[in-house]
Amino acid sequence: MIADQLPALQIVIPMLAAPLCVLIRRSFVCWCIAVLANVLVLATSWAIFKQVQSEGVIRYALGGWAAPTGIEYYIDSMNAIMLLLVSFISCVVVVYAHETVRKSVQTGKHYLFYAAWMLCLTGLLGISITGDAFNVFVFLEISSLSMYMLIAFGSDRRALSASFRYLIMGSIGASFILIGIGFLYAATGALNMVDIASRIPDAQSQRAVLVAFSFLTIGLMIKSAVFPLHGWLANAYQHAPIAVTAFLAGTATKVSLYVLLRFFFSIFGTNYSFGGMLLNVVLLPAAVAGFVLMSLVAIFQSDLRRMLAYSSVAQIGYIIAAFCLASQAGLTAGIVHIINHGIIKTALFMSVGCIIYRVGHAHSDSLDNLFKKMPFTVCAFIFSGLGLIGVPLTAGFISKFSLISASMERGWWMIGVLVLLSSLFAIVYVGRVVEIMLFRKARTDNPQPTGLREAPLLMLVPMYVLLAVSVWVGISGSATLSVASDAAAALLGGYQ
Amino acid sequence: MNPLWALVPPLLVIPFIIFFGERRRNLREASIIIAGIVLLGINDRIYSAVKAGELVESGELSLLANFSLRLSAEPMGVLFGLLASFLWVVTTVYSIGYMRGHDEQNQTRFYCCFALAIACVMGAAYADNLLTLFVAYEAITLSTFPLVTHAGNDASRKAGRLYLLLLMCGSIGLFLPAVIWIATAAGTLDFRVGGILSDSGMSQLSVGVLLGLCVFGVGKAAVMPMHRWLPAAMVAPTPVSALLHAVAVVKTGVFTLLKMVTYTFGIDMVSTSGVANVVLPVVAFTVIASSIIAFTKDNLKARLAYSTISQLSYIVMAALLATTMSVTGGALHIVMHAFGKITLFFCAGAIMVSLHKTQISDLDGMGRRMPVTMVCFFIGALGIIGLPPASGVWSKLLIAGGSLEAGNAIWLAVLMLSTILNIAYLLPIPLRAFFKPAAPGQSVDVCEAPFASLWAIVVTATVCVLLFVFPQPLIELLGLIQWR
Repeated sequence: MIADQLPALQIVIPMLAAPLCVLIRRSFVCWCIAVLANVLVLATSWAIFKQVQSEGVIRYALGGWAAPTGIEYYIDSMNAIMLLLVSFISCVVVVYAHETVRKSVQTGKHYLFYAAWMLCLTGLLGISITGDAFNVFVFLEISSLSMYMLIAFGSDRRALSASFRYLIMGSIGASFILIGIGFLYAATGALNMVDIASRIPDAQSQRAVLVAFSFLTIGLMIKSAVFPLHGWLANAYQHAPIAVTAFLAGTATKVSLYVLLRFFFSIFGTNYSFGGMLLNVVLLPAAVAGFVLMSLVAIFQSDLRRMLAYSSVAQIGYIIAAFCLASQAGLTAGIVHIINHGIIKTALFMSVGCIIYRVGHAHSDSLDNLFKKMPFTVCAFIFSGLGLIGVPLTAGFISKFSLISASMERGWWMIGVLVLLSSLFAIVYVGRVVEIMLFRKARTDNPQPTGLREAPLLMLVPMYVLLAVSVWVGISGSATLSVASDAAAALLGGYQ
Repeated sequence: MNPLWALVPPLLVIPFIIFFGERRRNLREASIIIAGIVLLGINDRIYSAVKAGELVESGELSLLANFSLRLSAEPMGVLFGLLASFLWVVTTVYSIGYMRGHDEQNQTRFYCCFALAIACVMGAAYADNLLTLFVAYEAITLSTFPLVTHAGNDASRKAGRLYLLLLMCGSIGLFLPAVIWIATAAGTLDFRVGGILSDSGMSQLSVGVLLGLCVFGVGKAAVMPMHRWLPAAMVAPTPVSALLHAVAVVKTGVFTLLKMVTYTFGIDMVSTSGVANVVLPVVAFTVIASSIIAFTKDNLKARLAYSTISQLSYIVMAALLATTMSVTGGALHIVMHAFGKITLFFCAGAIMVSLHKTQISDLDGMGRRMPVTMVCFFIGALGIIGLPPASGVWSKLLIAGGSLEAGNAIWLAVLMLSTILNIAYLLPIPLRAFFKPAAPGQSVDVCEAPFASLWAIVVTATVCVLLFVFPQPLIELLGLIQWR
C-alpha cells in the first residue's frame, strides 16, 4: 500500500516538516524534526531507487489525476539517482548543520533556518521527481527562494549582497526557463514531458520550439553555473553559512544539470539538440574554457571557500563537456561525475566548515600547521582533495577515467588533454593548501586563535560518513558506473 | 599463497607505530623490524611458490567496468618484492642509529609514511595489470611526499613541491593518457605474455608516441628532462634517500617500464618496429649527461643522486632495447644497483651523523677516522661501476650483451663511456679519504657511526660481494619470465 505512494511521500514529508518547524520554534526540536524528516526522505528515496532498479520506470499520477490533466511524477533510473543523491547529501549536512547554526545564526531565527532548509529540499527533490515541465519551474522557484533565504543567514553582512546577487541572476535564469516552457507549451500544447517529447518531432520546424530551446539553454546555464554565467556562484558559496554552502555545492547545481539533461536528451531528443541545434558547438567551448580557466583562477584564491567555488565551476565544466560528447560513454561519465563530485565537494566544504567553525575564517594564511591542532579535519580535507584531483582509488579518478576514455572513443583528443591539464592545476591548488596545513611552521604573527582544537563530534561524524561513502564509490567504481550507464541509456533512448 | 598478504605487515604495523609513538620508541622500532621480517618471510614463500611454477594470485576488485585491481606474482615482481622487503629491514635498523643520532623531529610520522610507502611498493611489485600498477605508482608518490618534506623548512618544502609537481604532472599528464589510450586500443590492461598491443592494429607512429608518453610520464624513472625532482628530494633524511630514492621509488619507475615493455607492448613490438629509436637517444643522453653532472658535484648526496639518474637510465635503455638478454639485465640491475647505491647512501649518512660533513672536499684523510664505513663505500662504488668483486658487473654485462643482440653497438659505447665516468666520479672519494692527509688541526680519533647504522652498512656491502659470487639464484628466477 505505502509502497505505491512513495513518490508522493518523497515530497510531502519535507514539505510538511517546514511549517512544523515554524509552529514549534524551539531550535533543538526543529533540528530534530529536520533530521527525522530527512532520514525518512532518504529511506523513501532508497526504496524508490530499489524499486526503479527492479521494476523499471515508475509513473505516479499525483492526486489520482491522470497525466494530461494532472501532474505526473515520472521516475526512471536518472531521477532515482538524483533523488538518492540529494536526500543523502541533505541528510548528512543537516546533521552537521546543528553546531554551525548554533554558533553563527541569530538565536531567535533557527526555526526559520530549518524551515527554509526543508523547503529547499522539497524543491530540489520535486525538480528531480516530476514529469511535468511547468512543475519543474514551480519546484525550481521553491528551492531558489528558500536558498536565497538560507544564504542570507550568513553571519557576515556580505552574505546579504551575495544572496541578492544570486537572487537577481537566479530570477533571470528562472524566468528564461519559464519563457522556454511557455513557448514549448505554445508549440506543442502539452506540459507533460512525455507528451512534449512525443510532439517535438512534428513541431521541430516551428520557430517557437527554436526560441524555447534558446531560452532554456541560457536559463539552465545560469542555474547550473556554467562558465561564463557562473558569476553568482563564488560569492554565494563564500558568504553563505557553512552548512548551506556544503548543501548548495552538492545539490543545487547538480539538480540544474539534471534538468538540462532531461530537457536536451529526453524532451528535445539527442538528434535535435546535438544534431539539429548544434548544442555542442555552444556548450563545449564554454565547458572547456570553464574547466581550464576556473581551475587556473582557483589557484590564486586565498579564501578556501572561494577556491573551492571556482573549482566547482571547473567541475561543472567537466560534466557539461561529458554531456556534449552525446554518446553513451560520455553521458555515463557525466552522470558519474555528478554523483562523485556532489559527494566530494560536499565533503570538502564540510571540512572547510570545520576549519571556519574553529578558526573563524578560511584564509589560507592562517592555516599554518593546522594538522597538529585539527588532525581529523585536515585528513578529511586531504582525502577529499585527492578525490578532486582524481588520484586513483578516489571517486574522482573513476569519473576522470571515464570522461577521458569517452572523449578518446569519440576521437576528441583535445578534451582529454585539457581535462588532464586542468587536473594538474587542481594538484597545485589543493597541494598548496595541504602543504600549508601540514608543513608550514606556525609563525609568530599567526592569526590563529588560542586554544584551537578539533571540531565537535557532531560535525566530524557526518563528514566522515560522507568520506566513507566517497571512498566506497572510489573503490567499487563499477557499481556507480553501471547505475549511471543505465541512466544514460534511458536518457539517450528517450521516452518509451 | 595470496600476494595480498604482502600488503598486510607494512599496513598492520602502522597502528602499532602510532600507538607506541615517541615515548616507547624501542618498541616502535622493534615492531617495524618484526613486520619487515614477516614481510620478508611472506615474499620468500611467494618466491618458492613462483619457482615451483604455482599460480600466485589474488582475487579482483572491480574498479571500473572492465578494469579491476588485482595482484599476482611473476618473476620480475618477486625479485622486486624480495629486494624491497629485505632492504626495508636493513634500512629500519640503519634509521634507528641515524634518526636518533641526528635528533630528527616527528619520527613517528616518518616511520608511518615509510611503512605505507613499502605497502604501496608491494602493490606495485605484484600488480597484475597496468591499472593496479598505476594506482600503486600514484600511492607511492603521495605516501613519500611527507618523507621528502620531513624537515619542514623552506628548502624541504620547496623540494617537496618540485617532487609532487614533476611526478604528478608526469603521471597524470603523460602516463595516465597512455594508460587510457592502451585501454581503449587493446580493450584490456592486463599484463599478458607477449603483450596486449600486438593485435590492436596501432600504427608504428602511435606505438612510438605511446612509448614516449610512458618513458617520460613515468617520472620516477628520472629520464631527462623529468629528473629534476631526484636531486632536489635529497634534502630528505638519509634513510629516505637511501631506501626510497635509490631503491623503492626510482626502482618502481624503471620496474614499471620493464613490465610494460615485457607484458604490455611485448618485446617483439618494441625491438622490431624500431619505435624505440626515437626515445633511446634521450635516454643515452641522460646516461652520459648525468654522469658528467655528478662529476661536478661536491656535495656527496648530490653526486650520488646524479649517479642514480644515470644508472636508472641504464635500466630504461635495457627495457627499450627489448631483447630477452637486455630486459633480464635490466631487471637484474634493479637489484645490483640497489645494493650498491644503498651502501653508498648509508655511508654518506653515516659520515654526516658522525663527522657532520657533507662535502666531498672535506673528506680528505677521513678514511682513518671511519675505516669500516670507507671500505664499505669502496665496495659499493665498485658495485655501481661494475667491477669485480662487486655485484654490478653481471647486470652490466647482460645489458651490454643485450645491446649487441639488438645489433647496435652505439649503445654499448654509451655504456662503456659512462662506466669510465663512473670510475672518475666515484673512486676518488674513498681514495681521497684513505690516502690524502687530513686538513691540519682536525681530530684523528676513530669515530664510526652508531652501531645500528654501521651494522646495516656492513650487511649491504657484504651482500654486494655475495651477489658477485652467487648471482645464480637471481638469474634462474629471471629465467622463468615468459617472453612470447
